Amino acid sequence: MTVDLTQISFNEEGFMTDPHQWTKEIAEELAKQEGIETLTADHWKIIDFCRQVGLASGKAPTLRQITTGTGISTKDLFALYPKGPAKKVARIAGLGKPEGCV
Amino acid sequence: MKTFLILGAGTGGTMVANKMAQALDPQEWRILIVDKDENHYYQPGFLFIPFGIYSPSDVVKPKRNFLPPTVDVIFGEIELIEPDKNRVKLNGGRTINYDYLVVATGSHTRPDLLPGLVDGGGWRKNIFDFYTPDGATALGRFLKFWKGGRMVLNVAEMPIKCPVAPLEFLFLADWFFRERGIRDKVEITFATPLPGAFTKPRASAILGNMLAERGIRLETEYAIMEVDNTKQVIRSYDEREIPYDLFVTIPTNMGAEVIGASGMGDELNFVPVNKHTLQSVKWENVWLIGDASNAPASKAGSVAHFMLDVVIENILRHMEGLEPLPKFDGHANCFIESGNEKGVLIDFNYEVEPLPGMFPLPGFGPFSLLKESPANHWGKMMFKWIYWNVLLKGGEMPFESQMSMAGKWK
Repeated sequence: MTVDLTQISFNEEGFMTDPHQWTKEIAEELAKQEGIETLTADHWKIIDFCRQVGLASGKAPTLRQITTGTGISTKDLFALYPKGPAKKVARIAGLGKPEGCV
Repeated sequence: MKTFLILGAGTGGTMVANKMAQALDPQEWRILIVDKDENHYYQPGFLFIPFGIYSPSDVVKPKRNFLPPTVDVIFGEIELIEPDKNRVKLNGGRTINYDYLVVATGSHTRPDLLPGLVDGGGWRKNIFDFYTPDGATALGRFLKFWKGGRMVLNVAEMPIKCPVAPLEFLFLADWFFRERGIRDKVEITFATPLPGAFTKPRASAILGNMLAERGIRLETEYAIMEVDNTKQVIRSYDEREIPYDLFVTIPTNMGAEVIGASGMGDELNFVPVNKHTLQSVKWENVWLIGDASNAPASKAGSVAHFMLDVVIENILRHMEGLEPLPKFDGHANCFIESGNEKGVLIDFNYEVEPLPGMFPLPGFGPFSLLKESPANHWGKMMFKWIYWNVLLKGGEMPFESQMSMAGKWK
């Protein structure tokens, strides 16, 4: 099944602007754009956690919040989501770009 | 007799003690403050020690000198905070029951969290921090005789105390090496977890240009995994290696361990707070000031100062049964040393990023915002005197706690 991403609103950096438009199918499509062909159970565990935190606080979680919250090590997180995992998961989970706090 | 207890006698705790000593009736209240260290450090001064601008004795004075005589000062370690029972246990068995608690336990660097940093053999030999007086002093001794090579500065993780300090360190290092005639022998790299030089877009662009003008290489979105002391490289999780001869680290910053042990903190031991009222989100008689909270504002003395009037007013209101007012706006005001006796000033809050303009008087200044000027440098130098003589004692400063748009250009 393919999803029609043209019906979804994105900002100029490719992050969804409304997390409520998000579906699992959209996540799979965005994951492909990020170079992740198949989302495994471990991928989903992280996405689910980020959705939960993101919807409650309005902000995508930081790397440390993800590792503390899921029990997955930073190293494994980078293996699942190569390069910048916090940013990548936030995009796939339909959340905004994680902000570096000031 | 009721008890007003303050944990931590740093910038925030000391200011609260001074204000509360004036506000509370000594017949009705006793004020106690607890800290493990008898020394008060002027932390903004650590930055200048590696370059021989300040000596270690410039940045330390006894804490007792800045606390009013009516406040009971206890020097000792806190073992456990029990906010559900309104009490704090100290090491050695003493228990303090309180009516109001102000948590001002700050944030601290944790070099032990990064593999190879302190346990790889290079610590304080060619690997240094400058966020501690010992680290800054050791780095000063190293730089005095350094003949040049590859210097790498890394921020391990955000948030850090004083987020502009890494940039100031780079600007001062560039200037220091020029003055010594070895700038062409030093390669400077800044490896940061952020996507740019700083957190906020306009300031990040301007400060990023200032790095480029000085020939400082910027490595962005760098999540450090380890320090390899044998190969003399730092390695990130995405396997980018950066070779160093001198590695300067800003380790992960965390709140006090007792916050974690007492179950009061988030994943970095910072205490969740209402970011506008500065009241704990969980306990109504627990209040926060300074770096100890998880408010998404800069962890800096200026921010603690801008929190002061809000937290005092809200505690006094709470004592009268009134609702706290959401008056803290995240205001921060930072002088950024840029070398060559110049500096940059930034002024911002939760909503408004640093903008160009003049401060505090529109059109006149004397300080220029987001632009290098000699006045900004002298402002920073003067600030040490103001800190010791006015700010800690809760004296009046010539501007409001809330940020003003006057003088700023959109």
